[in-house]
Amino acid sequence: MNPLAGTGHLIRLILRRDRLVMPLWIIWLSVMPANFAAAFPALYPTAAERSAFAQTSNANAALVALYGPVHTADLGGLVAWRISIVTVIVALISLLTVVRHTRTEEEAGRRELLGAAPIGRYAGPAAALVVVFAANLLLAAAVAAGLAGQGLPVAGSAALGAQFAAAGWLFAAVGAVAAQLATTAAAARGIAAVGLGAAVAGRVVGDLSAHTGGPLGWLSAVSPLGWVMRLRPYADDAWWVLGPLAAATAALVAVAAGLHGRRDLGAGLLAAGTGPATGGPRLAGPVALAWRLHRGPLAGWTAGFALTGALLGAVAGGVGDMLTDNPTLRDLFARLGGAAGLVDLFLAAMLGLFAVGAAGYAIAAVGRLRVEETSGRVEPVLAAPVSRSRWAASHLLFALVGPVVLMAGAGSTMGVAYGLSGGDVGPTTARVLVGAFATLPAVWLLAAVALALVGLVPRLAMAGWAVLAAAVGLDLFGALLQLPQPLRDLSPFTHLPSLPGGQVSAVPLVVLALLAAGSAAAGMIGLRRRDLPVG
Amino acid sequence: METTIQVQGLTKRYGRSTALDGLDLSVAAGEVHGFLGPNGAGKTSTIRVLLGLLRPDGGQVSLLGGDPWRDGVALHRRLAYVPGDVSLWPNLTGGEVIDLLGRLRGGLDRRRRADLLERFALDPTKKCRSYSKGNRQKVALIAALAADVELLLLDEPTSGLDPLMEAVFRDRVADAARQGRTVLLSSHILAEVEALCDRVTIVRDGRTVESGTLAELRHLTRTTIVADLPAAADVGAEPGAEPAGPAGPSPAIADLADLAGVHGLSVDGTRLRCEVEPAALPEVLRRLAEAGVRGLVSQPPTLEELFLRHYHGTGARR
Repeated sequence: MNPLAGTGHLIRLILRRDRLVMPLWIIWLSVMPANFAAAFPALYPTAAERSAFAQTSNANAALVALYGPVHTADLGGLVAWRISIVTVIVALISLLTVVRHTRTEEEAGRRELLGAAPIGRYAGPAAALVVVFAANLLLAAAVAAGLAGQGLPVAGSAALGAQFAAAGWLFAAVGAVAAQLATTAAAARGIAAVGLGAAVAGRVVGDLSAHTGGPLGWLSAVSPLGWVMRLRPYADDAWWVLGPLAAATAALVAVAAGLHGRRDLGAGLLAAGTGPATGGPRLAGPVALAWRLHRGPLAGWTAGFALTGALLGAVAGGVGDMLTDNPTLRDLFARLGGAAGLVDLFLAAMLGLFAVGAAGYAIAAVGRLRVEETSGRVEPVLAAPVSRSRWAASHLLFALVGPVVLMAGAGSTMGVAYGLSGGDVGPTTARVLVGAFATLPAVWLLAAVALALVGLVPRLAMAGWAVLAAAVGLDLFGALLQLPQPLRDLSPFTHLPSLPGGQVSAVPLVVLALLAAGSAAAGMIGLRRRDLPVG
Repeated sequence: METTIQVQGLTKRYGRSTALDGLDLSVAAGEVHGFLGPNGAGKTSTIRVLLGLLRPDGGQVSLLGGDPWRDGVALHRRLAYVPGDVSLWPNLTGGEVIDLLGRLRGGLDRRRRADLLERFALDPTKKCRSYSKGNRQKVALIAALAADVELLLLDEPTSGLDPLMEAVFRDRVADAARQGRTVLLSSHILAEVEALCDRVTIVRDGRTVESGTLAELRHLTRTTIVADLPAAADVGAEPGAEPAGPAGPSPAIADLADLAGVHGLSVDGTRLRCEVEPAALPEVLRRLAEAGVRGLVSQPPTLEELFLRHYHGTGARR
C-alpha cells in the first residue's frame, strides 16, 4: 500500500480539530510585528534617536540575552530585533502541534482506530508535518505582507517571515522525532522542549559571550536558533542560511520517518520496562502519588534551570565591561551603578526570565489536576477515603514548592558561577538567591489563578497558559506599544523588585501573595463544590 | 432488612440534557444487586453520585447510612469501586497501583492480594501503560476485592475480561457475598447477573422501570406454550390463522383466545402456540388436558426477553 495513502483525509481531520486554535495563533503572531513597526516610529521618531537606542540596547546585556544584538538601527532592524522572541514562540507552537497530532493520538488509541482504515504507515506524521509546515508558510506570508504594508523593505520583511517559518519547520521536525522516541505525549513534548530550550540557551549565552568578548561565542553558531537568527532581516537578508536549515529539517524528518517505519504502533524507542511488583512502603497516600507523578518533570526542569543559571552566571562577569568607547553610554551606565550595577541589572533581568519559566512549570503542575480528572484516574483516588481538598492540595504542593526548588537551582548556580569570577562566592550567591526567591509571589499568583480556573471553570483550565502569555506579553511589549499603565500593572511580574541591587518594598510582594492565597482558596472551594469529573 | 443504598427520585442534569430523571434504587445489606439498563441509561451517573463525585440536582441519596456528597471521605473507608473503563498511571506498575489504592483505603489484606494476583493471572511488575484493557480491569478488580470493605460498587467490571477471568470474577464476587458484603453490580452480561444477583433494578432514560428479585421479574413475563392437539383446532384464533379442519374443534379450547392472559395465539394444523401470563397458566393447562393434548413444550421466559422488553423504546423520550 502507498505509505502515504489517506494523508489528505488526515490533513482535513487536523484542520477540523484545530480550526480555531491554528488561525488564532497565526493571526496573533502576524499582527504583532506590524504593531511594532507602527510603535517604534512613535517612540523614536528620528534616525539619530533610533541609532542611540540601538547602541544602548547593544550595550545592555539583559536585552542582548533576550533579543540578541541589534544588527541595523533602521526601523526594520529594530522591529526584527525586538520581535525575534516570536521565533521561539513559533518553534514551540510548531513542535507542540506536531506532537499533539502524532504521539498524543497514538497514546489515546485514536491512531489505532484510523490505522485499521486504508491509511498508509507514514500518513499520520506526514499529515501533521504538512499542516504545520503550511501554517508556518502562511504565517511567514502574513508577516511579510503586514510589514511591507507598513512601508518596510520587502526583502527584509520576507526575510523576517522566513526566519519565523524556518524555526517553525525545524522544530516541527524536532517534534516529529521526539514523538518517535517517547511512548507518551508528555515525554515527547519534554524531549522536544528540552531541544528547544538548549537551542535558546545556546543562542543567549553565545550572543552574550560574543558581545563581551568571551570564549563562548561559538555557541550561537551551534544553536539552531542561532542559525535562524543569522538571517538578520533588514541588515544582511542572508538567505543562504535557509539552505542548511532546510537540510537540517529534511534530515530530522528522515530520522523521524526511519524511526516511525521501524517501530510498532504505540511503541517508542525509549521503551517501558518492568518495575516492582509491590508498592514501596512510602507509596501511600495522595502526596506520595503526586510525588511519583511530578518528580520526573521537576527533576528535568531543575536540571535545566541549574544548567542555564550556571551558563548565565559565567558570562555575567563580562557584562560590566561591555561598554567602552561611547561617552554618552558610559555616563548613562555610570548612573545605573557602574559595572557592578550593570551586572545586577542583568542578573535581575535573567531572574525575571527564570520566574516566567517557573510560572510555566507551576501552571503545568496545576494542570496535572485536570489531566488526572479527564483521564479518569482521579476516580479511584476519590472513591477511596481521600477528600477532594487533600487530592488537590497534593498537586498544588508541587505547583508551590516546585518553583521554590527551580528558583533555588537557577539562583544558586548563577550566583556561584558569577561569584567564582569575582572571588566572593558566598555573599554573591546569597544576594542572587534573595533575588530569585523575591520573584516567587508572582509565580505563585499565576499558579493560583490556574487553580481557580480548574476549580471554577474546568473546561477553560488551559486558559492558565493564556494568562501567563498575557502577563509576559504585557511585560515585554507593554512599554513599546505604549499601553496604559493600569493595563500593564495587570502583569504580576511588573510588581517584582529588581533584585539583586534594586529597592525592595514589601507591600507589592505581600499583595501578590494575598491575591495568590485568595485565588487558590477560590479554586479549592470550586473543586469541592463542582461535579468531578467534568469532561 | 437494613438498606445499604437508598436512592429516591434522584435527578441529575448536565446543562440541558437530563441524565437522571427521578431514579429509585434500593440495595439491602448483604445482597448482590444487579443494576441494568441500556447504554446511556444513567448507570454510571448513578454510581458517581453514590461515590459523591457528582452532586445530585434532586432526590434523596443515602449510602451506608450517610450522605455521599457530604460524608464521602468517611464512607469511602467502607467501600471499594471498580470503574468500567479503568485508566491507570502509565509510569506505575500494576502492583504499585494495587498497593497505592489499598493504602489509600487504610491497607489491604496481603494474603488476599497474593491470592487474587494468582487467580487473575496478573503480572504486577508491568508498567500500567503496557497493560491491555482486560489487564487494567484486573488491576482495579484486585485492588477492590482485596480491600476489607462492606460495599463493592462495580460498574461493568468485567468488560474486556476473557471467559476464564470472567469465571474467576464470578467466583470471587460470590465469595464476597458469602462473607456478607454488599455488591452493586452494573452489567450487561445477563449470565453474570443471573448467576450472581439476588435482586436487580432495570433503568432506562434515567428512570427505574423495574426492580425486584429475578423470580419476581420472571413472574411478570409470559411463558411460551406449544401444544400438539389430536385434531386441528378452531380456537377463535386471530386473523391469519389456519381455518378449522374437518374434525371440528374441541369445545375445551374453542374460546382459548378470549381467555384473559393469553396472547398471540396461533394454530398451524394440529399445533397450537401461545404466550400465557402466569395467572392464566392453570386454566390453559386444564383446557389443553381436556382437549387431549398429545405433546407440550413450555418455555420459561428468558432473562434476555425480559431485558429486551425493558431496553426497547429508549428513543421514546428523545
